[in-house]
Amino acid sequence: MGSASDALPGLRFRTTLEPGEGWSHGLKRGSRLRITDVDGGANVSAMFFNADLPVERYNMPDTLKGQHTFFLTRGNVLYSDMGRVLVSITEDSCGWHDTVTGHSTPETVRQGFGGDRYQEARNDYHRNGRDSFLQELAKWGLGRRDWMANVNFFSKVVADDGGGLTWVAGHAKPGAQVELRAEMNVLVVLNSTPHPLAAPGPYPASRVSLEVLDAGPLAEDDVCRTSCPQNGRAFANTERYFL
Amino acid sequence: MTCEIVDSERDPAAARLDQVVPAGEGWLHELAKGQVLRIVDLEGNQAADTLFYDASDTANRYSAVDTMRDQRNLYLTTGSRLLSTRGTPLLTIVADTCGRHDTLGGACSRESNTVRYSLDKHAMHACRDTFSRLAEDWPGDLSKRDLTHNINFFMNVPVTPEGGLRFDDGISAPGRYVELQAECDVLVLVSNCPQLNNPCNAYDPTPIRVLVWDD
Repeated sequence: MGSASDALPGLRFRTTLEPGEGWSHGLKRGSRLRITDVDGGANVSAMFFNADLPVERYNMPDTLKGQHTFFLTRGNVLYSDMGRVLVSITEDSCGWHDTVTGHSTPETVRQGFGGDRYQEARNDYHRNGRDSFLQELAKWGLGRRDWMANVNFFSKVVADDGGGLTWVAGHAKPGAQVELRAEMNVLVVLNSTPHPLAAPGPYPASRVSLEVLDAGPLAEDDVCRTSCPQNGRAFANTERYFL
Repeated sequence: MTCEIVDSERDPAAARLDQVVPAGEGWLHELAKGQVLRIVDLEGNQAADTLFYDASDTANRYSAVDTMRDQRNLYLTTGSRLLSTRGTPLLTIVADTCGRHDTLGGACSRESNTVRYSLDKHAMHACRDTFSRLAEDWPGDLSKRDLTHNINFFMNVPVTPEGGLRFDDGISAPGRYVELQAECDVLVLVSNCPQLNNPCNAYDPTPIRVLVWDD
């Protein structure tokens, strides 16, 4: 990725996460968040809230059953528990994002990657999703009671006929991108800690680029609005909320 | 995971609690560590939407995603450990005559009904209203904020290897039950699902029975 001075229409700001780093931001309605797996092999665990009233938040079961899918990609939207759209997935070079298997924990990171401590590793210590989410949520007055299922961008987990779950290696390619358009004022809380089912080995050293950009007006034939009748109704609920 | 049937020897006559919960109503109850809860699908194909909380710390509650990840399987059955958000077991399923239970499909709400079925479905009774109403009866601070992703006992939500997902007719039948043993003091919050728009209750919500034994 280029520097902040690169010309990119509508760019509001850009930042890069070091491996395992946490981040949170109030993403305004009418803006986009572009997430890029710079080096390949990244996982981005993310939670979403209505920034104006955070008791409304991303709801994984509503999102999956409303769109009859087990994974997320372009054309899908993330529903809140109130039947509205928090963000739409407007672009995706990856094809499959997991939202079923949660985030990494101190235990999964210790078992998978060794769990290096700050005392020895300094800022290369092995961060985990649970601690990162709790640290970042606290900055917005939120905590364990607000804890819900997250999305794992760039990660693919498949289910076999018996319900057995398998993490798919090599899914996250260098330069993979996903773009989210905020349909409400959305609090995004995310981190680039490893997927909790990722294969054991060295702690993934993948940087993640985050760019916040302007979003154009929502078209009547927008791919996310029209991909299924359920999404059309969720957009109608969302528009009513801002009347 | 095959649908293995595991019966229980426990005698309903020896239960310390034995109660019927009609469809559209709920049940809030604290289980002591070691106690066993049985939920019976009295008439078949009924979804029992259920949440669990660590009774001594309700911010530590059932986590569907940690439970599925830890057992590397979507479906719950005998032997499944129901983990909390902190990663500790709240309960273990010790018997199951249904074979598998869903924890992916969540609970219905009046708002999600408008999205899934029609904008004019907003008046239909839904599980999350039962949950939030009963939560207010708990003497501690428990509210909508604490309603996380639940278990749907007796419900069938198959997922295909290609990533498709649908709601199917239940695999349950009259009299089938699931039994859970509490690994710590646990608060149980049940909504006996009133959903009329999909096959999760065979379009005819029916009563469930709950029983509690001391061990």
